Amino acid sequence: MRGSSSDARIAPVPFSERRAAPLILGTIGVLVTLVVLELISRVGIVPSQYVPPVSDVIRTTFNQLPNSSFWQPIWQTIQSWGIGLAIAAGIGIPLGLAIGSSELLWHALRPTIEFLRPIPSISFIPITILVLGNGLKGNVFLTAFGALWPLLIQTIYGVREIDSVARDTLRSFHIGRLARIRALIFPSALPFIATGMRIASAIALIVTVTSELVIGTPGIGNALELAQNGGNFQLMYAFVLAAGLLGLAIHLLFSRVERRALRSHPSQRARESFS
Amino acid sequence: MSRLALTRRQLLYGSVEVLATLAVLGGLWAYTESAHSFYVTPLPKILTVFQQTWLFADFATDVVPSLERIFLGYALSVVVGLGLGLALSSSRAVRLAADPVVSFWRSLPPPALIPLFLVMFGIGTTAKVMVIFFVCVWPILLNTMDGVAELDQTLIDTTRSYKISGLDRLRLVILPAIAPRVAAGMRISLSIAVLILVVSEYYGSTNGIGFFVLNAETTFSIPQMWAGTLLLGLVGFLLNAAFSAGERHVLRWHFALREAH
Repeated sequence: MRGSSSDARIAPVPFSERRAAPLILGTIGVLVTLVVLELISRVGIVPSQYVPPVSDVIRTTFNQLPNSSFWQPIWQTIQSWGIGLAIAAGIGIPLGLAIGSSELLWHALRPTIEFLRPIPSISFIPITILVLGNGLKGNVFLTAFGALWPLLIQTIYGVREIDSVARDTLRSFHIGRLARIRALIFPSALPFIATGMRIASAIALIVTVTSELVIGTPGIGNALELAQNGGNFQLMYAFVLAAGLLGLAIHLLFSRVERRALRSHPSQRARESFS
Repeated sequence: MSRLALTRRQLLYGSVEVLATLAVLGGLWAYTESAHSFYVTPLPKILTVFQQTWLFADFATDVVPSLERIFLGYALSVVVGLGLGLALSSSRAVRLAADPVVSFWRSLPPPALIPLFLVMFGIGTTAKVMVIFFVCVWPILLNTMDGVAELDQTLIDTTRSYKISGLDRLRLVILPAIAPRVAAGMRISLSIAVLILVVSEYYGSTNGIGFFVLNAETTFSIPQMWAGTLLLGLVGFLLNAAFSAGERHVLRWHFALREAH
């Protein structure tokens, strides 16, 4: 609706040009930003010792590309992130399906869930260090804990939004519980689960990098702290750049998956975007 | 009859909510009492320490600095995010040019910036306010830009034909239309702000709730650590609840409209 009316306004522009405009303008935007960042460092608005010129950071990053010592922390971060997110999905989605499909269970657990959800999972960093140590285990636990809530909540909402006529129809035909989950509940909740996965993937990365930074689990967060302690600020920025690109890649991947899942749910297209 | 059935059902579910929550709390209490682990503190002991520490012995030294940091950083990010978002939405070309840059900063895991801000601004309040601001500004900025981009064309055209422009257009048309979107961005930023506050106090600080908790952990003051963790949880919960209440009040027309559909 909105698309068609705005298209009408810019109708004379050929299709290929309209497709190219975001790319060209986006590139210009990135270049302008890089030049500005370069200048504020070169001119000395911020001390170039702490904020090296962008060109230096990019050169350092390129020089690091063949080094396995540069890739290892990135890979370790992806690993903790992936395991944590997988555990959160393995617990959150089935649990959400179960809680969402039982009115009694939902009401029994709602206050507990609503209370636990806004608590930042990183508040548990100190106790995690004590109990699980500073290895992969602690990091994965915190990541899974942080990613669990959005997934659980989205799955519950997804199940509870199911068309009641469809639900009653299956029930009146005495379709078994398992078949009901497979044929109705899971497919209907899928778009919500996809949204939950996108939110959870972003939170999981934040928590992973945080615990690397604070606990010292190997990964990007730890690597950039070591670079900073060693006074190697260019390497630190190279890791910041890597973290940003990793975050962007994860965001684009999960947004694409979500859009695909939402295609069947036009009502859900306008949901607000999370981080 | 059906009304009565409904209230009876509401009564049932209401009591289920209360009883089940009490059961969860009771279970937690029983577990912490019987665990006999060095790391587990009995619930009543945590509450006693909580009361001794936070009401209000260490309130001024640790809680006030934390609240001040989060408030300043967050307020700054709302003002700048909304203002810059509106400015960048002034034309389609500017918006498209800004989009990849904003997306990059928005996707960057925020804690990665903490060492950098500490190096630049020291370990005091300035660094924390700056990093909270810098991290929280992107979701608000992005949602403002998306809100303006998704404005109803009919609305824009109507505004134009009635020659409503300048500040009136902003105040009467654009801001109310994008308010729900901006609120969504602000909610995301608020939870990130809590996270960044705590991490920056863990990472480099001499006071604050995060500092208190991590310090309690390194000195093996387990009950203090639990009391601090409880406070962190409460801060996250209360800020979120306050935000929801504020949102419901400011956007009550929006919620009423959505309910009507």
